[in-house]
Amino acid sequence: MQIKDLFSKKKYATIPTERPKREVPEGLMNKCSKCGNIQYSKELEKNLKVCSSCGHHGRLNARERIAMTLDEGIIFEYDETMESVDPLNFPGYKVKLEQQKAKSNLHDSVITGEGTIGGFPVVVAAMSFDFFTGSMGSVAGEKITRAIESAHLKKLPIIIFSTSSGARMQESILSLMQMAKTSAALAKFQGDGGLYISVFTDPTTGGVSASFASLGDYNLAEPGALIGFAGRIVIEQTIRQKLPDNFQTAEFNLQHGQLDKVVHRKDMRSMITKLLDMHCVKEVTTGE
Amino acid sequence: MSELPFEKPLNDMRNKIKELKSLSDGKGIDFSEEIARLEDRCKEIEDTMYRELTAAQKMQLARHHQRPTSLDFIQAIFTDFIELHGDRLFADDLAIVGGLAKFNGIPVTVVGHQRGKDTRDNIARFFGSPHPEGFRKALRFMQQANKFKRPIITFIDTKGAYPGNTAEERGQSEAIARNLREMAGFGVPIICVVIGEGGSGGALALGVGNRVLMLENAIYSAISPNGAASILWKDATRADEAAEAMKITAKDLLELEIIEDIISEPQGGAHRDMDAQVESISIAIDKHLTELLQMSSDELIEDRYLKFRKIGYYTMAQQEAGQAVE
Repeated sequence: MQIKDLFSKKKYATIPTERPKREVPEGLMNKCSKCGNIQYSKELEKNLKVCSSCGHHGRLNARERIAMTLDEGIIFEYDETMESVDPLNFPGYKVKLEQQKAKSNLHDSVITGEGTIGGFPVVVAAMSFDFFTGSMGSVAGEKITRAIESAHLKKLPIIIFSTSSGARMQESILSLMQMAKTSAALAKFQGDGGLYISVFTDPTTGGVSASFASLGDYNLAEPGALIGFAGRIVIEQTIRQKLPDNFQTAEFNLQHGQLDKVVHRKDMRSMITKLLDMHCVKEVTTGE
Repeated sequence: MSELPFEKPLNDMRNKIKELKSLSDGKGIDFSEEIARLEDRCKEIEDTMYRELTAAQKMQLARHHQRPTSLDFIQAIFTDFIELHGDRLFADDLAIVGGLAKFNGIPVTVVGHQRGKDTRDNIARFFGSPHPEGFRKALRFMQQANKFKRPIITFIDTKGAYPGNTAEERGQSEAIARNLREMAGFGVPIICVVIGEGGSGGALALGVGNRVLMLENAIYSAISPNGAASILWKDATRADEAAEAMKITAKDLLELEIIEDIISEPQGGAHRDMDAQVESISIAIDKHLTELLQMSSDELIEDRYLKFRKIGYYTMAQQEAGQAVE
């Protein structure tokens, strides 16, 4: 036997084992998509879906967002059953809509309505990335516009939690025009003294970022949220350079003057309450 | 005139006629009958072809490198053009041009996307794709128009806002969004003319007008057909198919009530007969401007608001069976 044989790798045969893999019930544990930390789902929920190890803010759907932010949830939901049609007869759109509805249990990518935050009555809109990547078609544009108009009429502040990949391709030009529609509604509302707090959540890009989401009187964002106009890959192909890791994060946008504040999820409610307090007078009930 | 791929059969035919003509001249053989027949046939093909252009063919015409640009039209349609520069914040983005001019003797503000005429020009103008400073430059011109009560005429011709890291750093999203909101609030007439390609948010940032007009072969969409094809089907070569499905032509957009009017083009596209094109655009602007000048500031703002407010198709889902209906 030569010495070098000592270091050669031994070859093993693998024999399939009869013993089943250790059973972990589906959904009991959760792995952080950023740092890989594994934790109990219940713990994660308690921690507002923020990873206890790295602070990564997991995505929330609109219902979770509303439950987390409003005092008693939505008191009065607007246009609950508004749904997309297929106005351009776009190949595969109808089927995809049905799939998205079934998957997310939502009618479209945004929920709007009224509720209170810290006792202040507000109009709120929350988007869901899990419905059609939060894309804005006619329905999202119409619901947001109606919410702004309602806030205007009732003289209430509006708070919009955005998350979206941008315009919904399957409605092409109609989606694009929702950018103008929502922004025009904000022109009227804000021009008349209305208060709009915009909260960017992960991710907010394209047509939503380039319309109502960027137009808040105050623009807030959750830590680490991806915020930008053009996609990273498109930019890398255009400039033929690697982009820095923090490119288009909330922190990057804060640094470049595009945001007022980056706010941790656990502090978001109190931050919004403080802002509302600077503008609104709570309805005072006198003790008569 | 450089030809587009779909124009090749027609040009082949024309060349054949030329060949026959020179042959009959040179050799003294009489081909006049064949030539006349071929010419008729040629005309016939040409007429039908340009009358029934597909969305993908119009896209090629809209992107034709000889197609007149915003500056070409501005210089031909208006008089006394004074070009202005800069956003007063960062730079002068040459992808946007604009300034003061007179239309039929009335002072107006003109703004447009500007593609380059050649490679060097294109590099200086970022192929007509503005950075935030471009949109802010346009906004400054339009705010000036609003202050001095001048009508605003915009020319839309861009593949979209520039996708670059510096554009993102300086707030590409915010710049576009702000233009949309501010344009909605101006108390002066705004007429927007899509002269070539209306690409996404970068086009819309000059597009919130009382009247939006499109040249016959211009296109306007939320995303380029190439981009849509690669996202939808992971296959950018299916751009033609996407172009058809996305309803990007002037005719489609008139039917969808996104635009108010189609401005006809000379047969074969705007680049074939600049004078005729300038005339038809002037007539269209004149018609719409005359109407808009009758309105007060408030009426103009409301008119514009309603135009965009009504865009969109949706339905209310039926209540599920067994659920109590209030």
